[in-house]
Amino acid sequence: MIEVENLTKRYGRHTAVDGISFRVHKGEILGFLGPNGAGKTTTMRILTCYLPPSDGTARVAGFDVFAQPLEVKRRVGYTPETPPLYPDMDVGSFLDFCAKIKGVPGKDRKAKISDVMEKTRISDVRATLIGRLSKGYRQRVGLAQAILHNPDVLILDEPTAGLDPKQIIETRELIKSLGGEHTIVLSTHILPEVSMTCGRVVIINKGRVVAEDTPENLTHRLQGAATVRLEVRGEAPDFEAVLAAVPGVKSVRLAKPGVYEVDAEAGRDVRAEIARAAFARGLDLIGLQQSGMSLEEIFLHLTTTDAAAAPPPAETGAPAEEVRS
Amino acid sequence: MTALRNVWALVEKEWRHYFGSPIAYVAICMWTLLFGAFYVLVINRFMMVSLRAGQSEMGGGPKLSLNDWVISGVLHNMAVVALFITPMLTMRLFAEEKRQGTIELLETSPITSMQIIVGKFLGAVFLYALMIAAGLLNLALLWYYATTPPEWKPVATGVLALLLVGACFIALGLFVSTLTRNQIVAGTLTFGLLLGLWILGWMDDPSAGAFAQAVAKLGLLTHLESLMKGVIDLKDVVFYLSFITFGLFLAHQSVESQRWRA
Repeated sequence: MIEVENLTKRYGRHTAVDGISFRVHKGEILGFLGPNGAGKTTTMRILTCYLPPSDGTARVAGFDVFAQPLEVKRRVGYTPETPPLYPDMDVGSFLDFCAKIKGVPGKDRKAKISDVMEKTRISDVRATLIGRLSKGYRQRVGLAQAILHNPDVLILDEPTAGLDPKQIIETRELIKSLGGEHTIVLSTHILPEVSMTCGRVVIINKGRVVAEDTPENLTHRLQGAATVRLEVRGEAPDFEAVLAAVPGVKSVRLAKPGVYEVDAEAGRDVRAEIARAAFARGLDLIGLQQSGMSLEEIFLHLTTTDAAAAPPPAETGAPAEEVRS
Repeated sequence: MTALRNVWALVEKEWRHYFGSPIAYVAICMWTLLFGAFYVLVINRFMMVSLRAGQSEMGGGPKLSLNDWVISGVLHNMAVVALFITPMLTMRLFAEEKRQGTIELLETSPITSMQIIVGKFLGAVFLYALMIAAGLLNLALLWYYATTPPEWKPVATGVLALLLVGACFIALGLFVSTLTRNQIVAGTLTFGLLLGLWILGWMDDPSAGAFAQAVAKLGLLTHLESLMKGVIDLKDVVFYLSFITFGLFLAHQSVESQRWRA
């Protein structure tokens, strides 16, 4: 549904997107992950024809974003990071305006608008001025606007930014329910979001793709050492040393009194032995939990090692050019 | 067909903004107040002059024309008022969309930049036309109360002139509004440019050199004269229409080029 090949965007000397390629299949939900300033928004803006690419091609539903922008725009729904809303319009007339400029036929317009308001749960604020809405509602109006013309592709730039936890869960549910019907690309720097909603993840950093896989595979692939979190009750001052002596344990940290974090060697499950050690010291075992390398850690791993390994090209390249010219 | 529908959707949206905020009410209110004030002043002077003329000539001599004395005078003044008021209508057109980020909504919807521009332009022009219509109620009284009612044709061309000159102001203001995301900057710059274009007309002096006269022809208000007198001179109408087209063209270039630089 979306084919991006070697896409590059330069702003003067600064390269925001540096030759990225990826594909999104029909009905898929793709997570677009990266730290702030990685080039997520720029890529999305190119896909929605808001910005022209400097190099490379992007095709949406078979249409080139540069050569056939109107065809692309007809098939794409887009919510920028801050939803583009007119504060002095009420929700109903705003959606009516959006339906008109998105080419929803006049006879379907009313039905379509109430359908979308139903889906995004904003029917109750139909007559409220957008300027008076809470952030959560605004985000949903932004989403409603994007799905109004029933686009094949939905592009959502940080759809849950600034929402409270309940709203975040609701928005994720909504996005999941939209998948299948629509092909969705959503960007975020909040990682749990990706593992919860997306079928596939593209991680970008400094304008380049650094990893592309399913969230499970990414977690699996990079699963090195596991960390065990242990909570005990009772007095045993030397317990930290006892834990460190358990075979397979690499290091032990006392997170707070009675709570230890134990790093195990790769591929070893040390939980049973830790539990036994606790009983042997006469401590009550209250909690024992093993956590793999979370997506957060993978992400940090990928984006920071990349930054450390490759010398920053922009900074070293620019002065040399300056000298030459 | 779709193009027309898109343009119309923009016109509707602009009107919602104008009337959903105090802008339209303030503009119409100021305009009609000033229209009324000029009208009263000019009518008073007209009555005094015609009274004096009647006394000295013992009823003889040509009758003073309401068209020349009152209507053309008031309409001319209103063209200057328009120069002050239209920047307030146009300054937000693009600057606000940029600041709010809603330009992204427009630019990613299946409509062209030209449709957006024309829609916004017409939205402002229609509001301006409404202001003129409200002001014209003053003149309507003349047909009821004057012993010799004014001729309607010069009034029609005068109103056309006022509409055209205002549309030029709006086209220029629209272009300036695409240049910045700050409304105050857009408004001030538009006002300055319009003032400059008005002053250019003052160079229109038969004794001046050819260059000065040519430059003076750019004066937006100089082209009002013959229309106000009831003469539709094609060169004036063409001047205004080309000015409008040029303004919209510049706006289009500006919007398109900013996509590349953004």
